Amino acid sequence: MEQWRGFADGAWKYKIDVRDFIQRNYTPYEGDEAFLAPATERTQDLWKKISALMEEERQKGILDAETAIPSSVTSHGPGYVDKDAELIVGFQTDAPLKRGIMPKGGLRVVQGALESYGYELDPQVAEIYGKHRKTHNDGVFSAYTDEMLRARKSGILTGLPDAYGRGRIIGDYRRAALYGVDRLIEDKKRAKDSYDTSSITEEEIRGREEITEQIASLSDLKAMASSYGFDISVPATNAKEAVQWTYFAYLAAIKDQDGAAMSIGRVSTFLDVYFERDLADGVLTEVEAQEIIDHFVMKLRMVRFLRTPAYNDLFSGDPTWVTEALGGIGVDGRTLVSKTTFRVLHTLENLGPAPEPNLTVLWTPRLPDGFKDFCSRLSIETSAIQYENDCLMRTWFGDDYGIACCVSAMKLGKQMQFFGARANMAKALLYAINGGKDEKSGMQVGPAFLPVSGDYLNYDEVKQRFDAVQDWLAELYIKTLNVIHSMHDKYSYESLQMALHDRDVHRTMACGIAGLSVAADSLSAIKHAKVKVIRNEEGLAVDYEVEGDYPAYGNNDDRVDQIAVDLVEGFMNRVRKQKTYRNAEPTQSILTITSNVVYGKKTGSTPDGRKAGVPFGPGANPIHGRDANGALAAFASVAKLPYEHAIDGISYTFSIVPKTLGKADAERRSNLSALLDGYFLQGGHHVNINVLNRETLLDAMDHPEKYPQLTIRVSGYAVNFIKLTREQQEDVITRTFHTII
Amino acid sequence: MNAPVMGRVYSFESCGMVDGPGLRFVAFLQGCPLRCLYCHNPDSWERSGGLEMSSAQVVAEARKYKTWMDSSGGGLTVSGGEPLAQPLFTEDILKRAHALGISTALDTSGFAPLEKAKACLDAADLVILDIKAAGSPLHRKVCGSGDALPLEVLEYLKSQGKRLWIRHVVVPGLTDAQEDLERLIPLLQGIPCLERFELLPFHKMGEEKWVDVKEDYQLSDTPAPQDEFMDKLRQHFREAGIPVSD
Repeated sequence: MEQWRGFADGAWKYKIDVRDFIQRNYTPYEGDEAFLAPATERTQDLWKKISALMEEERQKGILDAETAIPSSVTSHGPGYVDKDAELIVGFQTDAPLKRGIMPKGGLRVVQGALESYGYELDPQVAEIYGKHRKTHNDGVFSAYTDEMLRARKSGILTGLPDAYGRGRIIGDYRRAALYGVDRLIEDKKRAKDSYDTSSITEEEIRGREEITEQIASLSDLKAMASSYGFDISVPATNAKEAVQWTYFAYLAAIKDQDGAAMSIGRVSTFLDVYFERDLADGVLTEVEAQEIIDHFVMKLRMVRFLRTPAYNDLFSGDPTWVTEALGGIGVDGRTLVSKTTFRVLHTLENLGPAPEPNLTVLWTPRLPDGFKDFCSRLSIETSAIQYENDCLMRTWFGDDYGIACCVSAMKLGKQMQFFGARANMAKALLYAINGGKDEKSGMQVGPAFLPVSGDYLNYDEVKQRFDAVQDWLAELYIKTLNVIHSMHDKYSYESLQMALHDRDVHRTMACGIAGLSVAADSLSAIKHAKVKVIRNEEGLAVDYEVEGDYPAYGNNDDRVDQIAVDLVEGFMNRVRKQKTYRNAEPTQSILTITSNVVYGKKTGSTPDGRKAGVPFGPGANPIHGRDANGALAAFASVAKLPYEHAIDGISYTFSIVPKTLGKADAERRSNLSALLDGYFLQGGHHVNINVLNRETLLDAMDHPEKYPQLTIRVSGYAVNFIKLTREQQEDVITRTFHTII
Repeated sequence: MNAPVMGRVYSFESCGMVDGPGLRFVAFLQGCPLRCLYCHNPDSWERSGGLEMSSAQVVAEARKYKTWMDSSGGGLTVSGGEPLAQPLFTEDILKRAHALGISTALDTSGFAPLEKAKACLDAADLVILDIKAAGSPLHRKVCGSGDALPLEVLEYLKSQGKRLWIRHVVVPGLTDAQEDLERLIPLLQGIPCLERFELLPFHKMGEEKWVDVKEDYQLSDTPAPQDEFMDKLRQHFREAGIPVSD
C-alpha cells in the first residue's frame, strides 16, 4: 500500500494492531531538547486569535452555545478560526469554542446549563428528548432505589455519572490514521459476523447491535472528515495527514460524547513514525514538524463541553482531560520517548502553559537523561505536567496503555472502564459513629444499628461498626453503578469510541474513595489520642474534641500509614465481592479531582479534629499542614498505598516553592528529577508537580487579567488558576507548599 | 558498633535540597552557643530544649529516605542548632550513617574547640561551614562571640583536604560593608578542597519565634539585600578565584 511505503513489515499489516506498528517502526530519541524549533509566525498569529477568543470566553462564562441541533459526529458543518492559517482543522460545532448540546445524556442538564448562561433550548429538542426519546438520566432514575437516592443526596456517594457522560473511554484514534476508516469498517463487519452463533443469546444480540452502531459511527466519521475536504477512508500518507486523521477520529468522539474525561490516549510516538519518514524524505523540516504539532495542540486546547454550575463545583475550571500519555519505556527496554514526545511538551513553550491537553509523563528512572531534564525544566517553569509510574503500570497494562482522565491506565483499544466516581470514606466513618444516620441531616441513610455511646470514642467499637458500614456501602455502591452503566450503554452508547476498540474489550468497574486521609487520621486519633464526642439535642454526634497528639498520615509514620493502607485494601476487597454489570472487573482509585472541596462541604466534623465543611485533602494527599516532616515524608506515606488494591490510580498533588528545590536552575532540575525517581522507585503511582510561589497565586486572585495562562496542577488535571472558583483558589493556597527556611 | 549515644534533636526535614548535594535528610540538633542576630530558629538555642533521642533513632529515621538519597546523590546532613555543641552525639550519627552507606554532611558554624570538634569533622564526608564574619569585632557583633574557634576549624579542614562548602549571610547594614566583605576574600582564596562558596541573602524569617522565646529581634527594620547587589557581589568573589555558586 502506497501510504505504508518504507514502513517495516509486521503483524500490524494483517490485523488491527497499532502497538505492533509502533514497535517495528519508531525511532527512540535519547538526545536533549536542542533540536526543537520555535513557533512560526503563523502559529503565533493563530494562537493570538484563539487567545482573544478564550479571554472573551472567560469573561462571559462561555463564548457561545448551540441551542437547536444536538451534537453528533455529523451534526455540525466545518468550523474554523482562520481557515487559511489552520494546519489542522475541525471543531465540535460550526464555530470555535461554541459548545454543543448532548441531550441523550440528560435533558434537564442541558436545559439547566443553557439557562445558567442565558440561553434557551429549542422547544422542539426539548419535546423530542422530553417525550419521544428517553435519556440516560431518565433511565437511571427510573431504576434507582430509594436507598440509592438517599446515598446520593447525603453525599456518601457523589459525582456519579448519572446526569452527565461517563467518559473515561479512550478510542484508539491512531487506527484511523494507520488503517483508514474503510479498513476499520471491514474489520468491524467481520467482528459482527462472528456474533452469528448457533444460539443467539442476549449477549450476542447486544454485541451485534453495538457493532452495527459502531459501523454507522465510522461511516459518520468519514462524512465528517469529508465536510472538511478530507477523504479518510484510506490511510494517512504523511505526518500532517496522520495528525489530521487522528484528530478527526478524536473530534468525532467529542462530538458524540461529553464524557467527564475524554483522553486522546498515547499518540505522540505513533505520529513520530510519520514525522521521521517525512523528515528522512526531505519533505518536511523541523520547523514545519513543530508547526503541525503546535496546531494540533491548539485544537486540543479548544475542546469544550457545556456544563452546569453544579458540575463546575465538582470539577472546577472547565477541565476536559484531553490526556496524552508521553514517554515511558517498552517491554523490550527501549525508551518510547521520540522527538515528537519532545515536540508535544514543547508546545508549553511555543504556546505558553495551559491546562489542556493533560500532559502526562510516564516516568521511570531509566528514561533518557535529556528527556528527564527537559520535563523537570518544564515542570519548574509551567507547573503543567503530571507524572505517573511507568514501571508500575507496565507490569499491569503492557507498553501501549493510555491514561483515562487523571490516573486510570488502560490498554489502548482493548480496555474501557465504567466510571464510578467515589464513595466518601470520611462520611462512612461518621455513619459508623451515628448508627447509619447522616451527621448533617439526621436522616437514616445507612443500616440502622446502635450508635456509639459514651463520651469518648473507643477504637474497637468504632472500627467494628465502620467495617459494617463499609460492607453496606460497597454493596450499595456497585449496585448503583450497575444501574448507571446499564442505562448509559442503553441510552448513550459510545459507538464511535467503541468502534476504535477491539471486539472484545476488558471492562473495569472503577470505584473510588474520597477522604482517605481524613478517615485514616480520624482512626489514628481515636487509637492514639482521646477523642471526646459532642452530641446535639437529638443525640447525634456532630463534633469532636481531640485530647493529646496522634500520628497523622503524611509523616512516614507506620502507626497511621498502615491504617490508610488497610482502608484501601479493605474497601477494595469489599468491592471485589460484588456482582458487576457486564462482569466488569472491580477496581478503585484514590482520586478526588477538585471535588475534595465539595465533599468536605457535605461532611460534618470528623474525629481527627477537622471541622464540618472543611475541605478534604485532594486524592491521596495528607491533610493540609499535618505533614510536618517535609516533602519526602509525605511522598513516602503516599507511596505505601498499595497499587494492586487501587489500580485505577492513586493521585498525589505536590507543591513546592522554587527556592526550596535548590539554589541554581540546574540543581533544581536534577533535584526534581531525583525526587521523581525516588518516589517511583519507592512505589508511588502518580504525582502532580507544582513549582510556584504562594505570592504569585495570591496576586493572581486579585489580578486575574495579569495571569491568563497561569497553570496549576490540582488533583489529576491542570487548570487555569484564574478559572477556579474563589473557594477552590483558597483551598489551593492553604494547601501545604513545601518550603524550608 | 558501640551503644547509641543520646542527644537532643530540634527537628527533622526529610527533603532538604539546599544543605548539601542532592536530596538530603536534615537532622537539626538542639542547642547553640551562638546568638546570631538573624537566627531563624532561636528556639533551637537552649540546650535543654528539643526532643531526646538516640543517635541510632536519628539514623533509622534518615534511612527511610535511602531511595531518594541514592537517586539524587544526596545523604544526611547534621545541622542545628550547632551540632558541634553535642560532639559525641553528632559523631555517632555521622558514623552510623556512614556505616549504612549514607553520605554525610556536617552543617556548622565551626564554633567549638578544635579538639572536641575534630572527630565530627573527620567523620563527615562534607563540611558546610557558615562563616559569620571575617574579623572578631564584627563576628562578635553578629553572633556574640569572636572568630578564633571557627578559624581554627577552617585551618584544620584545609589541612585535611576535607570536602568543604562555605556560606556567608549578607545582612544589609550589618555584614554588607565593603571592607568587611573584602576581608572575607583572602580567607577563601587558595583552598583546593573548597567546592563552593554561597553568599546567602538575609531573609526575615522566624521573627515570630523570637517573640516566643522572649528575645529581642534587632533586625525588624532590616530589608533583604537587593538581587543586583547580590549578583554583583557573587561576581566580585568569582573574579577573586573563589568558587561562588548562584
